[in-house]
Amino acid sequence: MEKIKELILKTVPDAVVDETQKLTVTVTSDKLHLLAKTLRYNEAMPFDFLVMMIGEDQGEALGVLYMLSASQDVSKELVLRTSTTDREKPLLYSVTDLWETAHFNEREIYAMLGIRFINNPDMRKFFLNQDWVGFPLRKDYDADPAINPVNLESRDIIDIAPRIVETEQGLKEETVRIFEEDDYIINIGPQHPSMHGVMHFRTSLDGEIVKKIDVHSGYIHRGIEKLSESLTYPQILHFTDRLDYLSANINRHALCMCVEKAAEIEVPERAQYIRVLTDELNRIQSHLIAWGTMCMDLGATTAFIYGMRERELILEIFEKLSGGRLIINYNVIGGVMFDIYDGFQKDIHAFIIEMRKRVKEYHKLFSGNVIALGRMKDLGIMTKEDAISYAVTGPAGRGSGWSCDLRIHQPYSIYDKVQFKEIIRTEGDAYARYLNRLDEIETSLEILEQLVDNIPDGDFQAKTKAIIKLPEGRYYQRVEAARGEFGVYIESRGDKTPYRLKFRSPSMALVSAMPLICREEKLSDLIGIGGSMDYVIPDIDR
Amino acid sequence: MIKYIEAPYYLDLLDNFLKTNLPEWAALAIEYVLIGLVLLTAYAVIALALIYVERKVTGFFQARLGPNRVGPFGIIQSVADMIKILLKEIIRIDNVDKFLFYLAPFFMIVSSFLTFGALPFGRGLHVVDFDNGIFYLIAVSSLSIIGVLLAGWASNNKYSMIGAMRSGAQFISYELSAAMALMTIVVLTGTMKLSTIVDQQEYVYHWNIFRGHIPAVIAFVIYLIAGHAETNRGPFDLPEAESELTAGYHTEYSGLQFGFYYLAEYLNMFIIAGIATTVFLGGWQPIQVEGWDGFNTAMNFIPSFVWFFGKTGFLVMLSLWVRWTFPRLRIDQLLNLEWKYLLPINMVNLILMVIIVIYGLYIH
Repeated sequence: MEKIKELILKTVPDAVVDETQKLTVTVTSDKLHLLAKTLRYNEAMPFDFLVMMIGEDQGEALGVLYMLSASQDVSKELVLRTSTTDREKPLLYSVTDLWETAHFNEREIYAMLGIRFINNPDMRKFFLNQDWVGFPLRKDYDADPAINPVNLESRDIIDIAPRIVETEQGLKEETVRIFEEDDYIINIGPQHPSMHGVMHFRTSLDGEIVKKIDVHSGYIHRGIEKLSESLTYPQILHFTDRLDYLSANINRHALCMCVEKAAEIEVPERAQYIRVLTDELNRIQSHLIAWGTMCMDLGATTAFIYGMRERELILEIFEKLSGGRLIINYNVIGGVMFDIYDGFQKDIHAFIIEMRKRVKEYHKLFSGNVIALGRMKDLGIMTKEDAISYAVTGPAGRGSGWSCDLRIHQPYSIYDKVQFKEIIRTEGDAYARYLNRLDEIETSLEILEQLVDNIPDGDFQAKTKAIIKLPEGRYYQRVEAARGEFGVYIESRGDKTPYRLKFRSPSMALVSAMPLICREEKLSDLIGIGGSMDYVIPDIDR
Repeated sequence: MIKYIEAPYYLDLLDNFLKTNLPEWAALAIEYVLIGLVLLTAYAVIALALIYVERKVTGFFQARLGPNRVGPFGIIQSVADMIKILLKEIIRIDNVDKFLFYLAPFFMIVSSFLTFGALPFGRGLHVVDFDNGIFYLIAVSSLSIIGVLLAGWASNNKYSMIGAMRSGAQFISYELSAAMALMTIVVLTGTMKLSTIVDQQEYVYHWNIFRGHIPAVIAFVIYLIAGHAETNRGPFDLPEAESELTAGYHTEYSGLQFGFYYLAEYLNMFIIAGIATTVFLGGWQPIQVEGWDGFNTAMNFIPSFVWFFGKTGFLVMLSLWVRWTFPRLRIDQLLNLEWKYLLPINMVNLILMVIIVIYGLYIH
C-alpha cells in the first residue's frame, strides 16, 4: 500500500492523504478522473473493483466518495473523495469508463443529490421520476408531500435520456434515445412473476431474442438512507432486515459490526459464535430460495416447493431462537438479542444431516436434467473482467472465476477460526452460478459443523450505553451476504444519529450486469439468467 | 350375465322402448338430444375430476396437501371452482378486436369437444364412428390452434402475442409427429375406423403396441411426447409459460372465457390419453389371454368403460408426472426436438412398420 500512496502523490501532488480509518485520498474534482484511471490501471495493484460510491451533502459542498478495492485481493481498500461547491449545478466527471458499476450508482447519486456526471452515457434519475422536485439526500431537502404529490394518472415512459458529454468545444448537453424507433418493446415487470419483486425491465425484442434491456427501478424505494439520518443506531438496525430480506441477519450483522467498531464495543465471543451460526443458517435459507425460484423460473415448480420445505427447517430454528422467521431482529449492538435455547445444537445437527441428504436429492432432481442443462449451460455468460467491472460479487461473481469471498479475504467476526474452501467456478454461465449456490450450502454446513459444538460460555450481549454516540469519523464495514458483498458506511459527526449512512447493495450490481449478459439471449433465457443472478429488489430500492 | 353390466343392453332397451312408443323421427330426435346432453355432462365432469386429480396428485409430488377444505379430501373443490368461474365477470377490455376476441375460446372448446365425441369409451359407447375416424380426430383436434392464435392476436397484448406465436410454431410441428405416429399404427391395422381398431385388439398380445412391437413402441412414445406438447403442458408449456409470459395467449381472458381455455386444456390431456389408449393399448378391451377362459370371464366382469378410463388414467398420470418434474424447454430446443429428432425417427419408423407389415413380421 505504500507503493500505492507514492503513486497517488506522484500523479496528483496536491492530494490530501488521510489514514485514520481507511486510506482516504481527497482530490479536487478535475483531478479525480486522472487519479482514478491511474489507480485502475496501475501495475502493482490495479484497483479495478469499485465497492461503493457514496454521494454526500457536506454542507458547503456536495461530494462523492469512491471506495475502491482490488480484484486480486479484495481486502485492500482505498477511498477517493472529491467534491464540488456548486450546489446549483453540480458537475463531476464520470468514472463509468473505468468501472461499469459506476453507471447506476452515478444515476442514483444524481437522483438523490443532484450531482450530474459528465460523460455518463445515460444521465436519467435512477429510483426517482424524472420530474421529482428536489434531491432527497441533501440536507436542505423539503419533504413536504405537497411538492411531490402522489400522481394517480398513468404516465408514459419516456425512453429518452439526457446526458452531458465533454467535447473539444467544451461541455455539451444532449439527449439520446434508449431504444430505436421501431423496436418491439415489452415490459417485463414491475408486476411480473419472475422479476423476484417489483423490478421493471423494458426489453426490446427481435422475435424471441433480447436486443436491449433498460432497467427501471425504484417502485418500492423507501428512502431508508434518508430515514436513517434522523434515527438512532439501534433504531436503524431494523431497516437492515428490510433491505435484502432473505439475508436479513447478515445485513444486520454488518451494521452492528460497523457501530461496534466505531463505538469500540467489545462483543463477547459467545455472541460472535451465535452471530456466525445464524448468518450461515441465513445464507443457506437464502440459497435455498434462490435455487427454488431459479428452478421455478425455468418451469420446474416442484423444485421450488422442495427448496421451501428445507427452508422451513431453518425458519423453525429461527423462530425458536428469536421469535421471528424471515426478519428475525436478532443481532443487536453489542451482541445478540437472546441467548440460544436448549437444544439449539441438537436442532442444528439434525438439520445438517437432513440438508446434506437433500442437496443430493436436488442434484438428482434438477442439476443433471437434460432440459435443465440446456436451459443453463453457456447462457448468460459473464466474464471475470465483466464481473469485476460491474462489481458482481457473491456466488455470481465466483461463478465467473473471481475469488471475492470476504469471509476468506477479510475475515470478520470469527470467520478466521473456521476452515472452508471458497467455491469458485470459471465458466461464468448460469449453470456455474446455479452450482455455486448449491455448493455454498455445503460449505455453510461445514462452517456450522465446526462451530456448533464449540460455542463458548459467557455473555451473549455486551453492556452498552443507553444512548450510543459514535465519535466523529467515517466508518466502513463489508460483509459477505448471501448475494454478494454487503457494505455499510456511516459518517458520524459525533451525534446519536448518523450524518450520512449508506448501504452497498449486492443486488444492484447484479441487476446492472443483466443488460450485458442477457443481450442476444432468448426471452426465456432472460428469465432463467435473472434467476441465476438472484437479485432481491428491496435491496436495490433502499 | 355379462351382458347386464355392459351399456349396449340398456341402450337397446331404451331404444326399443322409444321406438315402440313413438314415431321413429321422434325417437331419434330424443336419442340425439340425450346423447348430446350426456356427452356435455361427461365432458364437464371429466374435466372437473381431472382438475381435482391433478391438484391432489401434484400435492403429493410436491410434499403438500393439495385441496382439502371443500368436502372430504377436498373432493368438491373443483365444483366450487367451477361455480366461481361461472359467476365471474367477463371483463371487457378496450382496444381488443372484439369479434375475434370473443370468438377465440369457442374454437378451443368446440375443437376439443368434437374430438371428445369421437372417442370409443366402451363396448357400444361410441357416438361418432367414421370410417376415417383417425383422420377425423387429427383434423378436428388441430382446430384448437386457431383459437390460440386468434386469442393472441385479438388480445392486443404483447405477452399474448408472443405466446400465440410460440403456440403456432409448436402446435404445427407436433401435430405432424402425432399424426405420423398414428399413421404408423394405421399401416399396421389397415383401417382408420376406431371401432375396427379396437375390435382387432382382442387379446393382450394383439394390442397394437405389442402386435407391432418395435415400431409400435417407438410410435407410442413419440405420440405421448407429441401429444403432451399439443396440450401445452410442461415441459412444453411455452405458450403460457407463466414465469415468462404471465399467462401467454389467455392473459387477457377472464371468467368463463378463461374457463373455456382451462377446461379445454384438461380435456385435451384426457383426449390425447384416450386416443393413445384406443390406438395403442387396446381401447376398452379388457386384458384377455387366448385359452385362459376363467381368467377372461373374470376380466370381462369389469365393465369395458372402466378398462378404458383405467388405461387412460394411467397415461394421464404419466403426463402429470412429466409435467411436474421437468423444467420448461426453450422455443428453439422445442423445435429442434421435433424437427431434428422426432420427425426423422418417425419417418424411418413408418417405413420400418411398412416393412414389418409387408413381410408379416407382426404378432398374429
